[in-house]
Amino acid sequence: MKIPFSYIARNFIARRLTTSITVTGVALVVFVFAAVLMMSYGVQKTLVSTGSANNVIISRKSATSEISSIIDRETANNILTLPAISRGADGKPLATTDAVVIINIGKKTGGISNVTVRGVSRQAFTIREQIKLTEGRMFTWGARELVVGGAIRDRFKGANIGDKVKFAGDMWTIVGVIDGEHSAFDSEIWGDIDQLLQAFNRSDFSTITFRVDDPAVLSQLKTQFASDPRLNQFEPESERRYYEKQSEALSMFINILGIFITIIFSVGAMIGAMITMYAAVANRTVEIGTLRALGFQRFSIMMAFLIESMLIALVGGALGLFLASFLQFVSLSTLNFGSFSELQFSFSLSPIIIILTILFAVVMGLVGGFLPSFRAARLQIVNALRSA
Amino acid sequence: MPTAISVENVYKSYMRDKLEVPVLNNVSLTIQEGEFIALMGPSGSGKTTLLNIIAGIDRPTRGRVLVQGTDIATLSEATLAKWRSRHVGFIFQFYNLIPVLTAYENVELPLMLTPLNKAQRKDQVERALAMVGLADRMKHYPKQLSGGQEQRVAIARAIASDPDILVADEPTGDLDKRSADDIMTLLERLNQELGKTIVMVTHDPAAAERAGTVRHLEKGDLLPEEKMR
Repeated sequence: MKIPFSYIARNFIARRLTTSITVTGVALVVFVFAAVLMMSYGVQKTLVSTGSANNVIISRKSATSEISSIIDRETANNILTLPAISRGADGKPLATTDAVVIINIGKKTGGISNVTVRGVSRQAFTIREQIKLTEGRMFTWGARELVVGGAIRDRFKGANIGDKVKFAGDMWTIVGVIDGEHSAFDSEIWGDIDQLLQAFNRSDFSTITFRVDDPAVLSQLKTQFASDPRLNQFEPESERRYYEKQSEALSMFINILGIFITIIFSVGAMIGAMITMYAAVANRTVEIGTLRALGFQRFSIMMAFLIESMLIALVGGALGLFLASFLQFVSLSTLNFGSFSELQFSFSLSPIIIILTILFAVVMGLVGGFLPSFRAARLQIVNALRSA
Repeated sequence: MPTAISVENVYKSYMRDKLEVPVLNNVSLTIQEGEFIALMGPSGSGKTTLLNIIAGIDRPTRGRVLVQGTDIATLSEATLAKWRSRHVGFIFQFYNLIPVLTAYENVELPLMLTPLNKAQRKDQVERALAMVGLADRMKHYPKQLSGGQEQRVAIARAIASDPDILVADEPTGDLDKRSADDIMTLLERLNQELGKTIVMVTHDPAAAERAGTVRHLEKGDLLPEEKMR
């Protein structure tokens, strides 16, 4: 590559109008592409942060979500005696037996949506350290009181402190707001497990989550569960992995749909880059002839135009990514297929998304610029010079 | 004086709508080292084609073109490109400067193809621009220069890599009389002081007069020397 870079860069600047239109086209496509990846990653991150690496969750093997999982009392008692469970200062196992149900509440934006109500045991707040009370007070054990996640308070009607929510034939008072550090718990309502089971006239739990000292015991637990006839219908899983799996369906849906749309858009952007570069070749035919006459090889000419096209794409990519980065301040709420309930998440950017996005832009420049660059390289010197 | 260029029985034709159109009919021409030759003739006489073939940017359909002993018609395209960068300096009617590059950068362009380092290139560029009298216009872009100045930058570009042969296609065709005169004086100097072999195509009799030799082409035939003016 002997053609000076200043030649490429200045031509890029010289055609301000056409270049900036093409840059904008690429930027828009890159914005959509980055937004899709950021959305999918946001869902994943929210659910992954829901689980803790030191927690193990037990659910029924065939259950795809917590609401379809059932653990009877006898099994629960057996599980709670497992030696792998860490003990608190009081010698009690650090475990929570949760019951998860779904209720419908009206959204502030209109319509109703599914919301997860989780009954928890007293240890729940010890093993899920990220849960903090931000407003009001904690529900009283033995009372029909609830605390709501911040996302519920913000997005649903009648979900403020002092409001009453009706379900299971009774009125429940909201007494506090909890913050789950951007985890799925932000989109849940919590109450006393015993009160909840009683109201729903149930005796079985949904899942059991307990703290272990060493996450490595998980594989032993899995073997133990598989070989014990009382436990083999249940499956231990790392809490983080369990919630991560719940994000898979939704994030895959976002990815497939989003990437499909972006690919269609990118064809438009590539055609735009191609037209720009064909125009560049047509405008600079004499220059190409002159450079060839001076002794520059076909390959150098091709590379000069290809680099110019990639430069357009790179600038467009950087612009699109810059704009998309502001989406991090936006949070969305949607129905998670994994849990059948509303989940709030934020667009989230990661180094991998940055690399993928820039790579995507460069590939658009490469594909769009290839044919025009090839044409530039194939020009006959005499014909090119004659077009003066 | 040794022979610089030897054109031997060069025949050139183009295909136009499946019809073969002859442009040069078995032209033979010998140019000595240090000679300044003007090729004249009406439009379509084949003078530019002959110039292009001598410069190695076009190939003869038949015949040989020996430039300093090398049969350039047999060179591969890549080798020919390298050969041009070392042996031929181009001067075009419309100067063909790169508009986004400064005068300095335009002159430096052919030197990018040589193994010279940046300091050596700078030295050569400055010398070439000084020779054409534009040492003070190095940072100017082509659009900031007059036609005559642009052509002088183009000449500086042609001589920067110190080629043996300069080919000029209507170097004064786009210039007013005074600028044209300046350019011809410059070409004369390059021929006389630096001993460059110059092959020039022109319509302009005043320009042709400044060359040592004038040859006429007509319908693809090179007229015998005795038939000159």
